[in-house]
Amino acid sequence: MPWDRNQMAARAADELEDGWYVNLGIGIPTLVANYVGDKDITLQSENGMLGMGPFPFEGEEDPDLINAGKQTITELSRTSYFDSATSFGMIRGGKIAAAILGAMEVAENGDLANWMIPGKLVKGMGGAMDLVAGVGRVIVVMDHQNKHGDSKVLKECTLPLTGTGVVDRIITNLGVLDVVEGGLKIVELAEGVTEDEMRAATEATIV
Amino acid sequence: MQKVYGSAAEALDGLLFDGMTIAAGGFGLCGIPELLIDAIVEAGTKDLTIASNNCGVDGFGLGKLLDTKQIKKMMSSYVGENAEFMRQYLSGELELEFNPQGTLAERMRAGGAGIPGFYTATGVGTVIAEGKEVKSFGGKDYILEEGIFADLSIVKAWKADDTGNLVFRKTARNFNPPAAMCGKTCVVEVEEIVPRGSIDPDHIHLPGIYVHRIIQGEHEKRIEQRTTRKREDA
Repeated sequence: MPWDRNQMAARAADELEDGWYVNLGIGIPTLVANYVGDKDITLQSENGMLGMGPFPFEGEEDPDLINAGKQTITELSRTSYFDSATSFGMIRGGKIAAAILGAMEVAENGDLANWMIPGKLVKGMGGAMDLVAGVGRVIVVMDHQNKHGDSKVLKECTLPLTGTGVVDRIITNLGVLDVVEGGLKIVELAEGVTEDEMRAATEATIV
Repeated sequence: MQKVYGSAAEALDGLLFDGMTIAAGGFGLCGIPELLIDAIVEAGTKDLTIASNNCGVDGFGLGKLLDTKQIKKMMSSYVGENAEFMRQYLSGELELEFNPQGTLAERMRAGGAGIPGFYTATGVGTVIAEGKEVKSFGGKDYILEEGIFADLSIVKAWKADDTGNLVFRKTARNFNPPAAMCGKTCVVEVEEIVPRGSIDPDHIHLPGIYVHRIIQGEHEKRIEQRTTRKREDA
């Protein structure tokens, strides 16, 4: 059985090390926060906060306290606030240990496309280009194939790029792949997924 | 020098002209200068270029200036929350210059700090790099991005003293300090103007040197994505 969204998020949480400052993208990456367990992880929200807490209880929402997805959130005892230039200074400056992001396509050389589909509504890249260019480690979490069954793990991206050669590790419903010299290396298969199934679902070169 | 003005319209008097460039603070609807935006709608200034991370929502924030077709061009990182924006953009009425969010913030900061350009790895090898100088440092490529020098900054802070020293609140700080820094003139709206000396000088987020005019007013502070958890989840 391939992993579901929550299993993918739990697997991504295993990537995080005690003491890390981490930025989580929108979608499945947001769920990773539910699985960090006892590890001392500080979540960054790029609109200007370190130490992001859970959603507020009803009636306790604060319009001055939102995350990068514009959702109301809460602060923790460790929280700090800062402006957007400082926030992206710590991103660009490599102070954020890892970003866990969703993707539309990933290529075997680590190219990432996750912000625009030509001909469709283009909303913008937000902070994604800054994150992938700056953080220590970029981990992509996504479904292995699109809804038409086409592989999202490609030899070359077809969509406009968010960054070139930026992805370190890919976690999909089928397993875990690393970007290495010459292609992708299978690190782990989801329980019940065979290597043949992984290879068949992957357009990229597996070394 | 008297920095405190009685209303947004008074504070903007003599500063607005057609074709001007405005840097606006705010992220989504959080920390936006809603009173100053309303006053610019009222003033009817046209052909505006606005540097702001987002463009409000339909009918609120900078979205109001779209409804009145006062905006010629947006410099933003994310504009997905606004149907009128998309309509004007797709019909060619509105220009859009996408900036990665951190690049936009740094372009404002740089402009305010007298830095006309800087190199960043953000966007290398993407459409953002098209037409920009690429330079290699230590074997890695960077692109040249230019500082933003705006005619006017419109900013929202939590508190100000009458000399313009500002304190922001939580994530409503966001783009407000860099936006404030990059304008020739900076007008700030706050929830409360407090007497000088009542803010600990060590707790001032933006010193008054960047602030030229201040107003106090009531803010709607609309929430874009109200998200909560149930008590039993705790």
